[in-house]
Amino acid sequence: MSGVVITGVGMHPFGRFDGVSTTDMGVHAVRAALREAGVAKGGFQAAFCGTAYGGVATGHKVLSRLGLTGMPIVDVEAGCASGGAALMLAAGAIRAGQYDTVLVFGVEKMPKGIIRSSFFEPWQEEAGLAATPSFFALRAQRLAVSSGVTKEHLAQVVVKNRRHGASNTDAMFQKEISAEEVLASRVVCEPLHLFMLCSPNEGAAAVVLTRDAPRADPAPARVTLAGAVLRSHLPGSVLSESTPLSGLTEDDVPSATTLAATAAFEEADLGPQDLDVVECQDTDAARELLSYEEIGLCDPGASADLLVSGATGLGGRLPVNPSGGLLSKGEPLGASALGQVVELVRQLRGECGPRQVEGARVALSHTVGRGANAGVVILTR
Amino acid sequence: MPGRVAVRAGLFADGDTPALLGSRCASCGAHHFPCHDTCPYCAADGPVPAELTGAGSLWAWTAVTAAPPGYQGPVPYGVGVVELPEGIRVITHLTVSDPAALTLGQAMELRVVPLHTDAEGNEVVTYSFAPVGAP
Repeated sequence: MSGVVITGVGMHPFGRFDGVSTTDMGVHAVRAALREAGVAKGGFQAAFCGTAYGGVATGHKVLSRLGLTGMPIVDVEAGCASGGAALMLAAGAIRAGQYDTVLVFGVEKMPKGIIRSSFFEPWQEEAGLAATPSFFALRAQRLAVSSGVTKEHLAQVVVKNRRHGASNTDAMFQKEISAEEVLASRVVCEPLHLFMLCSPNEGAAAVVLTRDAPRADPAPARVTLAGAVLRSHLPGSVLSESTPLSGLTEDDVPSATTLAATAAFEEADLGPQDLDVVECQDTDAARELLSYEEIGLCDPGASADLLVSGATGLGGRLPVNPSGGLLSKGEPLGASALGQVVELVRQLRGECGPRQVEGARVALSHTVGRGANAGVVILTR
Repeated sequence: MPGRVAVRAGLFADGDTPALLGSRCASCGAHHFPCHDTCPYCAADGPVPAELTGAGSLWAWTAVTAAPPGYQGPVPYGVGVVELPEGIRVITHLTVSDPAALTLGQAMELRVVPLHTDAEGNEVVTYSFAPVGAP
């Protein structure tokens, strides 16, 4: 299913910016995307804003500053997949004929340290059962059992993504790191060391979507939104991002990511074998490897082999997280999915310089987090 | 008069033979923890309250090395998943905070352990699992 194209993207770098407000960052990203799309006042009929910590009317505050209001402005919260959710809603509305052009943006300014989530009941925090990294660690340990993933593999994911991110001026960390340095950082929750976890931070990203129509002078590198899907979890998996207190002993419950990826491939009439470049959720190093398996980039149990083969590094068969991923960029929840989309649009246009994936034509973005919410977006050139 | 209070009422039975307080769906047979009033698996109403077996096997574990927001107990502390004979896996505090001291499939038993003392002087306790026979 197509019919929707991306005509402009914009981004405020991800990092820590004292004195810069959530609204400031949103204004920066939206202005850049609208300029690139050639869209001015009155040129879009709706706006969706992804944010988890932004508070009341976050999107309105950004567009008020730009003098661009009057149309519906809807804030969308879907955890780490907020931007993917906003894209899905915007694309659906365009396909349904409700709007011709929609602005989608995501903004966030995260608190520092371990992410405190209103998702948990106060007693869960009091009992020590609300430490987000502990759930990542339990998942990492199960991946060791199911797929033979070792600490060295986890360190290699970080080394790869930080190498990719070294040339990304929108990333928080633009410096390579060695496996020894990763393994020497302190243990947060065994087997995860500090540098295997992304940093919650701040940033914004924006995308302009338009109904695809024949044009007299089509832009040379138009990017098509071939699929945009958001899915929640099915109950049963105790380590699902839905973060239940219990689950069943059945191991064949499909994850939210698998549900979203399967539906997005179907919507795009494409499969994992068609992909040239992927940006996936690497909240922690193990999550990237789990994503390989859940999206279908490799067979179940084969994620470490795919990593070790070099296929997912720049220059490999299917580079994953050429932007440096969340491990390099950091994670501003509401902006992270659209940050991936901005990177992939630039990859498909061939604008990425040293980290360009040569000849990329089909790209996939994946985010997953609390809810569970899993978003998968497929882009083609 | 300060006493001993559960971190949340209705989660577990304290005393000589502690138990997790769950439920069982009369329609699909699945067990739940905590007690649910609608089955999360088949959406049937009216699961029946059920005490869960206080022994199981260790399925996953880690330790939290720095106090997360809202937690006032000692660090490091263990967190893990224990599989119970009812066919469910439960997220739980663990009495062992050194991951190297535990093994996959190890036999575990339910305990009730202190977390911290609240502003009124009460000892706040929670459910936890310990290796069988551990002091």
